[in-house]
Formats: sequence, structure tokens, C-alpha cells
Amino acid sequence: MDIKADTDRCIGAGMCALTVPEVFDQSEEEGTVVLLDADPPASRETAVRRAVQLCPSGALSVS
Amino acid sequence: MTEAPSCPVTFPTARRHLFDPPGEVLQWQRQGALHRMTFADGHLGWLLTGHSAARAVLADNRFSNRTELTHPPVPHPLARQENRQLPPGFFLRMDQPEHTRFRRLLTGQFTVRRMRQLEPRIEEITSDRLDAMERGDRPADLVQSFALPIPSLVICELLGVPYGDRAQFQRDSAALLNLDSSAEQMSAALVDLMAYMRDLVLRKRAEPADDLLGGLVAGGELDDEELAGVALLLLIAGHETTANMLALGTFALLRDPAQLALLRDDPEVADNAVEELLRYLTIIHMGPVRTALEDVELDGRLIRAGESVAFSLPAANRDPERFDDPDTLDVTRPATGHLSFGHGIHQCLGQQLARAEMRIAYPALLRRFPGLRLAVPAEEVPMRSHMTIYGVHRLPVTW
Repeated sequence: MDIKADTDRCIGAGMCALTVPEVFDQSEEEGTVVLLDADPPASRETAVRRAVQLCPSGALSVS
Repeated sequence: MTEAPSCPVTFPTARRHLFDPPGEVLQWQRQGALHRMTFADGHLGWLLTGHSAARAVLADNRFSNRTELTHPPVPHPLARQENRQLPPGFFLRMDQPEHTRFRRLLTGQFTVRRMRQLEPRIEEITSDRLDAMERGDRPADLVQSFALPIPSLVICELLGVPYGDRAQFQRDSAALLNLDSSAEQMSAALVDLMAYMRDLVLRKRAEPADDLLGGLVAGGELDDEELAGVALLLLIAGHETTANMLALGTFALLRDPAQLALLRDDPEVADNAVEELLRYLTIIHMGPVRTALEDVELDGRLIRAGESVAFSLPAANRDPERFDDPDTLDVTRPATGHLSFGHGIHQCLGQQLARAEMRIAYPALLRRFPGLRLAVPAEEVPMRSHMTIYGVHRLPVTW
């Protein structure tokens, strides 16, 4: 998996951090996405794809 | 086969069932996602009923949310005056990049982690309210004794608004959301609320405070009018939404004892039950609205620049292409992906706070009062049909 997070597009809704806290966090200051693990184990793929889908601002992609 | 809607339609508001959207909107949904609709001011625009199309438009920056560009889907007392004097700082109705300037100042305060840190305090507030209910009279109004005070206390503490002032701002806030208010009543409520907030901003400036509003004042990024507008938006949004979800959600659960028991007896169910109640009840039921800034093709139709699109979120959240058996309340179904907090750059700033409040409050109430039941016949519960946020005005309960 190759996850990309665009902090300029991010609006800090927190759906990614809620869905896969092992992979996504939010910065203290602005609440924007912090990628904890850009290449997580395959076991997390379903959850990561759900987080990408749920992101309201289109800030996340996975390939 | 169902009839195609006679074109154009008007925004449907008449509900035949307590928790279901108006029947015709669900019928139209089967004909397609987009329908020609006449707005309350005569504008010919569109009604959007499909989940995937709603998601697409809400995330599309070719559509604007600015008040002066959007038309009212239902008659609104301030439809004219709203042309368009919202207080500065109402970033809910701004487009990028203005919107970003405000939202970025606030998102750090509403992260998943921050809200988890607030949970012990929300639990304490909830427990205090339940104690007070236990000591009080039966029957009790669940709205006044539980559903309203919990989110109200939480947002007041978070923002730094004295809870003791609630009599004033709750009354004005209710007048502002009541479509049966006169234009004068609504304008007066807005003027009062802004005056209250301006005064509060000055007090924070005089006496620095360790709360959200105090932090914004000290940050120096916003002027006093913007600060008052932001604080007012957060206070109204923090009050009227979760309060209605708590009361209406409890009502729906009381009408469905099997679902109630699942949520009461299994702590693992709470997270998902909250998502499902948000989906099933969809209390934002008269919009939002967006206006095309350029011609946009959607679902095989052409939305022309300047045309407004009104969303029926209750219909989108009952779209059978997105949710199986959508008209059934099922607290165990995968319900994430609903649009009750919106989508796109305006998706609810306080959604993680709302989730925390509901995740804590519903099970706590049901466990404290296992015999909780309506104290009046269901058809006598006064519904908030003419309020921009759906719910119940009162919910008489006993136990």
C-alpha cells in the first residue's frame, strides 16, 4: 500500500483518525492529518480504503 | 411502477411517520437522483435525493455555499433580509479560501484525540443529569432534563460561555431555528445573540481565559465581530444538533425495544448505534443548499450556473443503492458513510464531539432507567416539523 495525505486539502474532520488510528492521526495545532504509517500491513487495507472513502475533503489516496 | 414526479416539485416537508422522511421524496428517489424543484422564492433549481450524487456535489468546489447565491428551499422568515446579512465569522456559509481561514483556527480543538480527552467530563455531566432526573418528578421531559443540558453544558465549558446565561441564548437560538417565527422575531434573536457574544468577547479580552473562545481572542487572528460570529455559530451548532439527536434517538429506541436492548446491553454496539441513529433519523432535514458557479453535468442532467441544488439528506441516507433495507433501524448494520454530518469542506466541525456525547449519553440513560418508557401516546409527542433541525419539542418519559 502507498498512502498519500494532502494536508492542504485536509479539513480536520477526523474520519481517518477515527477509522484507522494505527495509520492516521491529527496534528495538535491544526487538526490536519498526520500519516503515522504510509505502508501499513495488508491486514489494514480494508480499513484504510474505508478511511480514504470517508474522507470528506478528498485529502487521502491509496494505491 | 411509481409515477415520475410532476415537474417541478417543491421541497417536501409533510411527514406521515415520526421518523421517516416525507413519503414522496423516497418515491422520487427511485426515479433518479435529481429533480427539478421550485424554491420558496420562485427560483427553478434542483432537488437532490441520491446518496452518491449528494456526496459528489457536496465535495465539488464548482458549487458555492454562500448565502447571497443560494435560494431558500422552504419559506424562511429571513429569506429577504438574509440577502444577506449573516454575521461575519459564519464560516459555514463561506467558500474557500475564506472558509479555510476560519476552519483552520478551530480544527485542532475538535480532533478525535481532544474529544477522547473530554470523555470523562462528558460522563460526569451525564451522570449528574441522571442523578437529578432520579431525584426529580415523574414523568419528566427528557428534552429539558437530559437531552438539552448535556450538550449545552459541554459546549458552554468548551467554548467558555457561562452556562448560567443559558435562559437567554437558548430562547434566542430556538427563535432563530423556528420557521414559524416572524422575520422581526428572528432578526431580534440574531441581534440579541450577537450582542451577547460581542460582550463575551470583550470579557475574554479583559480577563484571559483558558477556553476555546479565550484562545481565539488571545490568538489575535480574528477581529471582535468575527470572534462573536464564530462563537455564536459554535454555540448554536453545539446545542441544537446533539440535543435533538439525543431526544429523537431515545424516542426511536423506545418505539423499538429490541434495538434499545441491543444498545443498552452490549457496550460494543454503541459506536455503530450512534452512526445508525444519525443515518436513520437525519435531523438536518431542510437542506443544505449549494449553487452552481458554472454549468455542471450530473446524473445525465445539466445544472446551469446560478441554479441552486437543495439536498434531502434524509432521502440520501435512505438510498437503497447505498444502504440495504434503508427504512429499518438496525443498530448493528454498517452505517458509516451516511451524510448526516454533511460531506466536503463543510462537513461538521463538531462531529467527533457529537459522537462522544451520544456514545456516552444513550447507554448511560438506558442503563440507569431500564424501565424507561413514554409517558404519553407516541402520537402526542410534539414533533419539530417546522424547525430547521428535526426532533421533538418535548419527550415526556417515566420509569
